[in-house]
Amino acid sequence: MIPYGSFIFFFLIGIFLLPTIILGLLGKSSKIYNMLVSIVILAVIFGNSKTGAISIILFTIFQIALIKGYHYYRKDRNNTVVFCTMVLMAILPLVLVKVLPLLGLNHLFGFLGVSYITFKAVQMIIETRDGLMKKQTLPMGELIYFLLFFPTVSSGPIDRWKRFEKDVNKTFSKEEYKELLYLGINSIFRGFLYKFIFAFLIYNKILVYLPDHATYIHSPFWANVAYMYVYSVYLFFDFAGYSAFAIGVSYLMGVKTPENFNMPFISKNIKDFWNRWHMSLSFWFRDYVYMRFVFWMTKKKWIKNRYTVSNIGYFLLFFIMGIWHGLEWHFVIYGLYHAVLIVGYDYFDRWNRKHKLWPKNKWTHGVSVFITFNFICFGFYIFSGQLFK
Amino acid sequence: MMEKQKVYELLAEVCQEDVVVEQPDIDLFEEGLLDSFGIITFLVEVEEKFGISVSITEFTREEWNTPNRIAEQLAERV
Repeated sequence: MIPYGSFIFFFLIGIFLLPTIILGLLGKSSKIYNMLVSIVILAVIFGNSKTGAISIILFTIFQIALIKGYHYYRKDRNNTVVFCTMVLMAILPLVLVKVLPLLGLNHLFGFLGVSYITFKAVQMIIETRDGLMKKQTLPMGELIYFLLFFPTVSSGPIDRWKRFEKDVNKTFSKEEYKELLYLGINSIFRGFLYKFIFAFLIYNKILVYLPDHATYIHSPFWANVAYMYVYSVYLFFDFAGYSAFAIGVSYLMGVKTPENFNMPFISKNIKDFWNRWHMSLSFWFRDYVYMRFVFWMTKKKWIKNRYTVSNIGYFLLFFIMGIWHGLEWHFVIYGLYHAVLIVGYDYFDRWNRKHKLWPKNKWTHGVSVFITFNFICFGFYIFSGQLFK
Repeated sequence: MMEKQKVYELLAEVCQEDVVVEQPDIDLFEEGLLDSFGIITFLVEVEEKFGISVSITEFTREEWNTPNRIAEQLAERV
């Protein structure tokens, strides 16, 4: 069953989380109960496909072995080669899932959530490397719960271990839980509005007719322009709607899963956009790809110019983000398009600081938002694959 | 003993804004004074100047958000 895909899914969650809510309102911890419920719901999600179920179990065992093994190793040793091997091994299953279909080996090994579990596992290994887990034991139950937390297992938002673990082990007071419950239900209903009303209507009433079957637009060019904007808005409501469900259900379970969207269409520049769109993913790439790469290169001093290092970092980040979406040309180009935009914006920003040609006021702000919006939508047009049809 | 003032001055150099010395409780991220690139520059400088190494995952934007808190975090690591 696809999470948040049908009424029955919400119905099941509603029933299973009733004890969670009651315990919460009584000011009691529902941690153990939530862990058990998570297993039940996972069984419901993965139950319809035997391959999927076996894959996720083996995959999770594999990731836990890596995390635990590396955590044990890191206690008194710290070899870079071991660290890199661990990271490569953690991402290997994801790489296989992406590459195997190209070799005609479809459906041999692929399942819902493989990306998002990988993101979390890699994060654990990197933070262990940095010594953040040194004073910590990694309790098995919590670790599995973190990797497989059912509200976010299929498509995020990507949480962080330190944050997640703190929430899970916290017992909220009655008042605190009431607030969480209110926010959670609010978020779930926003999800309904976004995904099942806005996204649904935009898709079925407009998008399906674009760009080829729009009888009221005669020029293919304008039909494509219309598609570009409508698709962008659709994508937002669809994914923001999904995220709102995931966040809302997490809140009911006492976990404040981070937000994924913060009004991305009012971004004042492309950097601002990536702080507002699919935030948990872009922050993951920022922290674990871009910053690591730039930090490492800066320390090694292989390249003198710091801005060159930063630019290479951006290309690396967006190239990986692009191919992560799928091994297809339009995703690669989508990634590179954003890299060019960010590098270009960085250059402009530095130039403007010196020459002060673009002042800060509400007029320039409005113009910036308008320009950024159009660049973003063109990005989604590339992302949709429509450009290369 | 590490002086807070020195940390502030280094931050001012990285952010290219003197306001961080004048208002040590200013939120560097909300005000857009520090970004990923700035953090890296700062951490590399901290390692070279003060001999304290802080990994980038340790430097969370929730705990290291003001000059004052950054100085305190660094003081703990001397």
